[in-house]
Amino acid sequence: MAVPPEVLLDLLVRMVRIREFEEAGGRLMEQGKIPGALHLYVGEEAVAAGVCASLNRDDYLTSTHRGHGHLIAKGGDFKPMYAELFGKAAGYCRGKGGSMHIADLDLGMLGANGIVGGGPPIAVGAAWTAKRRGRGQVAACFFGDGASNQGTVHEAMNMAALWELPVVFVCENNLYGEYTRQDRHQTVADVAERAASYGMPGVVVDGMDVMAVHEATHEAVARARSGGGPSLLEAKTYRYFNHIGISPTSSYRSEDEVAQWRARDPIETFRQVLAKDGVLSLEQSDALRARVRSEVEEAIHYAEESPLPDPDTLLQDVYSEPAASATGGA
Amino acid sequence: MTTAAVRQANYREAINEALRGEIERDPDVFLAGEDVAGHEGSFGASAGLLAAFGPERVVDTPISESGIIGMAVGAAATGLRPVVEVMFIDFIGVCMDQVLNQLAKMKYMFGGKARLPVVVRTTCGAGVRVAAQHSQSLEAMLCHIPGLKVVMPATPYDAKGLLISAIRDDNPVVFIEHKLLYRIQGEVPEEPYTLPLGVAEVRRPGTDLTIVSWSAMVHEALAAADELAQRGIHAEVIDLRTLSPLDAHTVLTSVHKTHRVVVAHEAVKFGGFGGEVAALIAEEAIDYLDAPVVRVGAPFSPVPFSPVLEDAWLPNRRQIVEAALRTMPARTGA
Ligand SMILES: Cc1ncc(C[n+]2csc(CCOP(=O)(O)OP(=O)(O)O)c2C)c(N)n1
Ligand SMILES: [Mg+2]
Repeated sequence: MAVPPEVLLDLLVRMVRIREFEEAGGRLMEQGKIPGALHLYVGEEAVAAGVCASLNRDDYLTSTHRGHGHLIAKGGDFKPMYAELFGKAAGYCRGKGGSMHIADLDLGMLGANGIVGGGPPIAVGAAWTAKRRGRGQVAACFFGDGASNQGTVHEAMNMAALWELPVVFVCENNLYGEYTRQDRHQTVADVAERAASYGMPGVVVDGMDVMAVHEATHEAVARARSGGGPSLLEAKTYRYFNHIGISPTSSYRSEDEVAQWRARDPIETFRQVLAKDGVLSLEQSDALRARVRSEVEEAIHYAEESPLPDPDTLLQDVYSEPAASATGGA
Repeated sequence: MTTAAVRQANYREAINEALRGEIERDPDVFLAGEDVAGHEGSFGASAGLLAAFGPERVVDTPISESGIIGMAVGAAATGLRPVVEVMFIDFIGVCMDQVLNQLAKMKYMFGGKARLPVVVRTTCGAGVRVAAQHSQSLEAMLCHIPGLKVVMPATPYDAKGLLISAIRDDNPVVFIEHKLLYRIQGEVPEEPYTLPLGVAEVRRPGTDLTIVSWSAMVHEALAAADELAQRGIHAEVIDLRTLSPLDAHTVLTSVHKTHRVVVAHEAVKFGGFGGEVAALIAEEAIDYLDAPVVRVGAPFSPVPFSPVLEDAWLPNRRQIVEAALRTMPARTGA
């Protein structure tokens, strides 16, 4: 397919935004400025960018514990994102959720998820709504290779196939679930094979190649929008950092392996292609990166300066109505 | 103690020693869970075990909590003695059928003919900024299920002795380790020893009121008792250690002596296990009470992420002191 230059640029922008957001966030976590734990998406940017470029604003998305990249690619705003990571009132979730529960329902982003395998059945529900409404919306459902061993993932695939729901299942196979290599947690090399057992297409795609992800998603989304039912894409990808934070690696995988994947960096590869094809020069992509970086800095500054939540908000939003007094209070 | 100096170890090491000792002692014991082998456990509790016992005794599983509990049920029913790990108690939601309908009930449903010596090790507790799905204290939910035993050790010494007992017990035991306790130090004899399940411990004797607690909150209760002592109030602190079966005797004996009770736990107060303790006292010792039983527990919300909110959520020693003062005649409060 002939891809217009603005789409190519858009793919690069999405990837660069994720990279810059994550690297800065990871540093802040390691400095102890962002509380808790961040699961960073660095290395996997082509997957979220390639998938989300085919989604509309009103399409739905379910995410994982490694969810910042999905939200950014769906159009998430840096300021409320960082504010949430800092636990501030201006955060997407008013400081209640943090990294692992970051969400923007206005963008159809139904939340990062602290439960591995928590998202896929929720995507089925969103797709059910989409089908009922009949406006051609789809639900993209991200999950990991590790998550593909949860029963929920299989229940969700079966239901989506049974009811021909507009779900695009996206398995981000980064070769590890935490510290366990894929060949030590499942016998198939390609999670995409599992699609066959639910009677839906299963496609393996190079997750370091944003164009490949984009093309495969385009097809799957078109199929879903037109009532053709779900499909499963498996993107082979890699996380550069450890399971949590930005420290590079440890005993469970070799430095060599990390280096081999880094050599196929999705952003670097793609910007070279764009330069070669005359779409965007290397200087221009450097400038883009610098622009994004200053946007990141501005957002971090905003988040750091913004106020903490009032402790009085603790009991707000447990229910749609204020909780009965019998159950409130310490 | 006959030895002059008992060896010091932390809670994590105590758990590790119990596991190591039991895997070594009994060929039917094995440990299984997510990243328990190669990575040695999310909190390091299974350090060195894979190297010592190999992959048939120390097993990394896929991320499949239902499968993990179910395989423990099946292996136990057919003669083995599994210790399985659910990384965070929050994830028990994923495998609740296997816990509540299979593991807990099989013996009874089969007319007593099955034996289910399973230990489900898991971690609880807030305070580490990991939000609503990684911070809960869900013991009350588990205590409500007949067939399960529920153990929540507060000290390294208890962690080792109770875990060994839990593994040797022929019943399913949910063994809940508070994630903020792994680094606390205490006396832990090197040799294996057992502590009986279902027996509470008086951590600090006192005459004026009883504070009943368990897990990490025991340490808050002890700190509260120190503060109360400065005001001339002598609190007795009871660590339940095992919630199910509940050691009613130790609790009631203390109430007979002190006539005033505070029950303190980290879990949400509403529907919490503190209600069970209060009900026990109301049923068995109401005539001994000089004041209503006061409960301290978390407010009725999920655990929030933001540190200011999480700190406001967490029950603490100050609330225990305030609760204690509420049970006392006005003059002692001044
Ligand atoms: C139900 C559940 N089990 C275990 C965990 C702990 N955990 C968090 S992330 C993770 C690994 C997930 O692996 P994968 O799905 O491949 O995603 P990746 O981290 O590689 O992106 C595990 C085991 C969890 N959060 N939820
Ligand atoms: Mg993975």
